[in-house]
Amino acid sequence: MSATTVDQTDDQGGKTQASKTMRGQLRRANRARRLWAAALVAPLFLMVVVFFALPILGLLTGAVHSPEYVQTFPRSAEVVSQTDSFDEPFYEALYQDLLSAYETRSTGVAGRRLNQDLSGFSSMLRSATRAAVRGEAPPEGGYRDWFATQDPNWIAAEYQDAIRRTVPIYTDIFLLKAMDLERGPDGGISFVPEGRDLFIDVFIRTIWISFQVTLICAVLGYPLAWALTRASTFWRGIMLLGVLFPFWTSLLVRTAAWMILLQREGPLNTMLLGSGIIDSPLTMVFNRFGTIVALTHILLPFLVLPLYSVMRSIPNDYMRAAKGLGARPVRAFLGVFVPQTMPGLSAGAVLVFIMSVGYYITPALLGGPNDQMISYFIAFYVNDTINWGLAAALALDLIVITMILYFIYQKVTGTTRIGLGA
Amino acid sequence: MRRSILTVAAAALTVTAIGTEVSARDLTVVSWGGAYQEAQRKAYFEPYIEQYGPLRDEPYNGELARIKAMVETGDVTWDVVQFEAAEMVNACFEGMIQPLDWSRLGNTDNLSPLAKMGDCGIATIFYSTILAYNGDRITEDVPQDWADFWNTEKWPGKRGLRRTPTFTLEIALLADGVAPDEVYDVLSSEGGVDRAFAKLDEIKHDIQWWEAGAQPPQWLAAGDVIMTAAYNGRISSAVDEGQPFEIVWNGQVFTLDGWGIVSGTDNLDEAYDFLALTNVVENQARLATEIPYGQMNGKVVDMVSAEVAAKLPTNPVNRTNEVQFDASFWIDNIEEINERFNNWASR
Amino acid sequence: MSDPSLTRFERNSVRLTFAAAWLVILFLVLPIIVIMPLSFTGDTLLSYPINDWSLRWYRVLLEQPIWGHVLKNSLIIALASSALATVLGTLAAVGLTRPMCPARGTLTAFLLLPMIVPIIITGVASYFFYTKLGLTNSFAGMILAHTILSTPFVVITVSATLQGFDGNQRRAAYILGARPLYAFRTVVMPQILPGIVSGALFAFVISFDEVIVALFIAGGDQYTLPRQMFSGIRENLDPTIAAVATVMIVASLIILALAQYLASRTKRRFTR
Repeated sequence: MSATTVDQTDDQGGKTQASKTMRGQLRRANRARRLWAAALVAPLFLMVVVFFALPILGLLTGAVHSPEYVQTFPRSAEVVSQTDSFDEPFYEALYQDLLSAYETRSTGVAGRRLNQDLSGFSSMLRSATRAAVRGEAPPEGGYRDWFATQDPNWIAAEYQDAIRRTVPIYTDIFLLKAMDLERGPDGGISFVPEGRDLFIDVFIRTIWISFQVTLICAVLGYPLAWALTRASTFWRGIMLLGVLFPFWTSLLVRTAAWMILLQREGPLNTMLLGSGIIDSPLTMVFNRFGTIVALTHILLPFLVLPLYSVMRSIPNDYMRAAKGLGARPVRAFLGVFVPQTMPGLSAGAVLVFIMSVGYYITPALLGGPNDQMISYFIAFYVNDTINWGLAAALALDLIVITMILYFIYQKVTGTTRIGLGA
Repeated sequence: MRRSILTVAAAALTVTAIGTEVSARDLTVVSWGGAYQEAQRKAYFEPYIEQYGPLRDEPYNGELARIKAMVETGDVTWDVVQFEAAEMVNACFEGMIQPLDWSRLGNTDNLSPLAKMGDCGIATIFYSTILAYNGDRITEDVPQDWADFWNTEKWPGKRGLRRTPTFTLEIALLADGVAPDEVYDVLSSEGGVDRAFAKLDEIKHDIQWWEAGAQPPQWLAAGDVIMTAAYNGRISSAVDEGQPFEIVWNGQVFTLDGWGIVSGTDNLDEAYDFLALTNVVENQARLATEIPYGQMNGKVVDMVSAEVAAKLPTNPVNRTNEVQFDASFWIDNIEEINERFNNWASR
Repeated sequence: MSDPSLTRFERNSVRLTFAAAWLVILFLVLPIIVIMPLSFTGDTLLSYPINDWSLRWYRVLLEQPIWGHVLKNSLIIALASSALATVLGTLAAVGLTRPMCPARGTLTAFLLLPMIVPIIITGVASYFFYTKLGLTNSFAGMILAHTILSTPFVVITVSATLQGFDGNQRRAAYILGARPLYAFRTVVMPQILPGIVSGALFAFVISFDEVIVALFIAGGDQYTLPRQMFSGIRENLDPTIAAVATVMIVASLIILALAQYLASRTKRRFTR
């Protein structure tokens, strides 16, 4: 940016030979310095591109790229994309596909993909493959009937539609699904029936839990940050240790601590029971309470530290001036002090929000099924059901949310300052 | 998984790759961790090491994704993996594990006919999901069946259930009075799944969900749950360690687990050696003694003590009202029911 | 604290705020402190009161080879990745703070992304990608992934100290005939060293504490301390976990002391 400024001023300057040479030298010098700077950044940049950006792009393409059917059953895929009809040629091609997929032992790959679309394909494919391999050759030209005798669903319109949806290499089914949408037989998009919808709820829950955690962090963090600016040097040191100690303590240790603390016969219940405040142990773990408490505990330093560094830089004079001009203390505080702390508060709050939106470990260990946030479902679909397309679509949504928040964060803090203030 | 540019970049990078080991990898066996894997260590892993050479064992929690990724990329680091019945069929069908050559599995003469799990699997244990409670906390008037599991008035407190629809829906239908041999007929019929969820609704707020087999005994001990569904072996192990747990065999959900060999492994011979060794009847008897899971070899029952035999899920006395887990039902329906289960559990 | 110009209402508000602040500090510190004594119980349950004090669980810790093994792995991975991250991050920070750096804002925003993108996504994406390279189940893969995750923190801390650095000093060195590398080593480096060291410390802690990437990439041979704790918490929450936690808390206290010491040194240098 500064380079172009230099060029412009030069253009407006004299056109003599001397200035031209100067300009050339300056440009060369600037180019060299730019290159120098770029060369210093390059190693990290390349590494982040190759081992971070590329993998993520690869993951995200999985949300729309779904070649399983074509790869496993190329012949019948060809028939469907050419003719879009499910007649004798299709079933004959499928019969051949089953035989060759049996050879390469890949039937299940397409089977899983089809079954994700419509239940039942797995066993239909298994029994048809078995029959085909046994050599139950269909009567002349009777492939369609042959499939129909294996399972009548093979010729049902519902199942043919599912095949039609699965054939294309690029699909929007996962993206839609991640928003509880599906495509009907007529190609129209509609919400999935009640009872099967999940992800809109999960997104709302993720945002809601993050919001609650952020709010609690703000409520707890604000007085703490303020007290930090007012305490004597000695006490400030002690208090800062109190903030930094959990910050440097292992996340797993803190999660384990809460798990132990909150369990049914853990220290907290024992204490509450012993002091007679409650008569039967409270359930505080594997539910929303435990999740939010632990998340707040883990993320609170991320709000306190930037807020404290902003508050520290606010001179006391304005408050005095406001009061000197007759403002009541509460008004002076709300009208003069609080607005000046907003950059720190909003930076900390957005940071906490960003971090809690993507949290995985703590809710996974301390939450119940209805406290799981979007991250849990990404891991679930990757690991447990091998629905990588859906996992990728959910990851895409989570990335979009995070990027929007990151953008806001940058607006709030100014571009390059992402310091933690400590 | 995703080809195109990335693969090219990946391939280019592999050339300059950082530290890819070339040396031969030890045979790696993967199982379910915890007390069960400890038992397997004594019964199978240690004898293997003594007889054949190095073996490494790892725990996992059913993450098929790892195997799929290994097989797709050819970077196979697991050789022999233990699967649940439904996953076994899927893994075989998708080429993640390879068809077994039964002539290389050692002496298979006395194995149960159920031991052949499709083309790729050989069963290694019968086990069951049973109702367990802490005998120190429920002393008299103890629960008798899954219907009692639902009786939160008589036995207030949390109940532990596995956080999957498998096993859980079966249990719910049993509690709802469905005859054990009709459970899957009901589940397959119109409204059957609804019925199971409706039953689960009754105790929804009293359920504490577990994911790892080691959790239920721990929760029983700590008093987090008053009763729980659990794997019989884990409960028996805890009893052996002095925990006062009781098992209700009535209405056990009976199923089996088996070994599969990952496709493309470099350790194929070692893998077969290992599987053959798990079929040696003495080793199976040792496993049953360490943790009471039923064995494939029919002779094992005669070799273990009466005390052990009484704790096996295969003991006829324990097989009252049992449900035989139907893998094929779940293979077809798991996706759809998972969706419903997640949706339901989320509310 | 007690400013005579304040009204009684104000003084009370101040007192109340301080009370609230101390309560929040208790909330932050107590839960961590509370589990430490539990590691010295002779019982198998993690609850108070502790009737029977013993070192039993520390003995278990020493007897189970797995904990030593995972600690070693964690140290190897954290040391290697923090060294790598420190070198790359410092170079980048120096480049980014040069006045001639092209597209600085975008570049910085991009380089900080690994800190912003939810780790679950980084974990899953790396998992698929690294599998293709044969980097899963390997130390190289873990080190690489952790390096990526921790570089943003090095970039931040080093940039922060560089912003306090007066560029005229380097120019003066050039005028006196110093070559760039020499000038950097003798003039810049000593002044930003505290920033580099605290960046390295940050990188070390990020790696030492990381579990999600480990869940996806680490094979049994590469299990790290947090990865093992994750299994332990889920499968067997016994006092061994409290003992491990206590050891780690003591370790983090030492790191905290170190970080504070460095911070105070940095501050002294740059107060003009």
